Amino acid sequence: MFRDKAIETIDKSSLERLQLENLKKTISCAQKTRFYKNRLSKTRIKSPDDIRSLKDLQDVPFTTKDDLRACYPDGLLSVDKSDVVRLHTSSGTTGMPTVIYHTQADLDYWTELVSRGLTACGVTKSDIFQNMMTYGLFTGGLGLHYGAERLGALVIPAGAGNTRRQLQLMKDFHTTTLHATPNYMLHIMLKLAEFDISLKDLNLKKVFLGAEPYTENTRKKIEEFYHIDAYNCYGLSELNGPGVAMECEHKRDLHIWEDSYIVEIINPDTGEILKDGEAGELVLTTLKREATPLLRYRSRDLTRILTDTCPCGRTHRRISRITGRSDDMLIINGVNVFPSQIEEILMKRPEVGTNYQIVVDQRESLDRLSIKVELYAKLFEGDIKVLERLRDSIAHEMKSTLLVGVHVELHEPGSLPVSEGKAKRVVDERKN
Amino acid sequence: MAKQIRVFLDNKPGRLEKVTGVLAAKGVNVRAMLISDRGEFGIVKFLVDKPDLTIVVLKDAGFAAAVKEVVAVRLDDKIGRLHDMIEFLSSRGINISDGYGFAGHSVFCLETEGFEEAARLLKENGFYVLSDQELYET
Repeated sequence: MFRDKAIETIDKSSLERLQLENLKKTISCAQKTRFYKNRLSKTRIKSPDDIRSLKDLQDVPFTTKDDLRACYPDGLLSVDKSDVVRLHTSSGTTGMPTVIYHTQADLDYWTELVSRGLTACGVTKSDIFQNMMTYGLFTGGLGLHYGAERLGALVIPAGAGNTRRQLQLMKDFHTTTLHATPNYMLHIMLKLAEFDISLKDLNLKKVFLGAEPYTENTRKKIEEFYHIDAYNCYGLSELNGPGVAMECEHKRDLHIWEDSYIVEIINPDTGEILKDGEAGELVLTTLKREATPLLRYRSRDLTRILTDTCPCGRTHRRISRITGRSDDMLIINGVNVFPSQIEEILMKRPEVGTNYQIVVDQRESLDRLSIKVELYAKLFEGDIKVLERLRDSIAHEMKSTLLVGVHVELHEPGSLPVSEGKAKRVVDERKN
Repeated sequence: MAKQIRVFLDNKPGRLEKVTGVLAAKGVNVRAMLISDRGEFGIVKFLVDKPDLTIVVLKDAGFAAAVKEVVAVRLDDKIGRLHDMIEFLSSRGINISDGYGFAGHSVFCLETEGFEEAARLLKENGFYVLSDQELYET
């Protein structure tokens, strides 16, 4: 099934013409932002007319998450604020967040891309779509919500968590399609018996899995247990959110919508552009976004481009499932967390020493983030209540900054392993 | 006023042993101790015969240790005497946040926020509050 067959099966030369036309528009939008006005002035690309072929984009430097942080709040806004209808922020690598603005047209094309992907997997207006992703500033919830609604599906905006209620909704409204993190699907699996629900009580057919990396084995496990089809869905908040690339019914990797994004794969260490098929970091340029255009944005996600034709007939190239990150970002139940954010919070606290450890493990299939900190001996006054308040207040600040629950542990001075560089501070005990 | 030593420890085997090892090696006599467990950590409270020395040796050994003052009361070894004291404190609105007694010597150590005031009131009302030295010799 196609949502927009002409675009989805467009031939290569027509696609490139379309990309070139939209790239010029994007350059023109970019020049209205403080950030790109300054940055492009130092390059050969001074106006949209300097873009004669798609290759000319390579003269533009990469844009990084740090650039976005430095632009907070409006250094990358290219339209009048009165034309902005929504914004999403995500936590930055340190205290400063990043923000993406959307005009109505921006939201429309994002929604359209999501609808395309859902249609490619057979979702129709008859489906009952239960969205178990977090709503709010996190893009996972609203992105698929509007895409499914536009198809005419009945959308249940359940949001994340509360497994008992999720199961009740699935049962009472005969939910056919779910959107969830893979870990949450595994978690529900363990809870069915506890809530006395049998798969026979449910009408599940499909699940869209996203927001965190997972393996093909996890997909198989979910499909076999629920007797449903599980589809991989990729996105990142800086490029709207979910829907950047989605699988089709053949589940042969993810079609990345090349009418909306220019895709490059680079060597994360050297920045060199890699050939199709070679594994590296995904770099994306927006082609349709007015409010916050991004040129050559480094996603930090590792993947490769696949060019063989998919039986579905879509001509847009595909990317493999994300195999890792080229930075130290952690994904905790679908939420992005940078160790530097944790460090920044801890270093403001004189009561704790400079040594700490971040431990990620799993409980009932859900990720658990623990932060072990050493008490600073000189500030110990002997009062247990003071220590408990310290522990609670660190946990509270972490939760409000990172947007995930954190288990904080206080340890004796000198008891944690001494860090020999950043990587050693993080212990990831999750399987997969 | 009685001085109590408090040590912050990871709640795992071997940690308390390190503390008692230091105390034994430095000739410190432990008169009473109490462990308060709070999950991954605990606080161990000691009454010792040489509190000033103890705090120094523990800090030197790298422990997070502190001194807190507590009220030590000698009670007649008679039924109802503990109750009399608790009733008295209660009538004055004094909350005991932690406490422990030594059997045999009928000493009760109590922790309370306004320990100086509590000690003064107890003395004025016929309870025997031990001095530092008396406590260690008890």
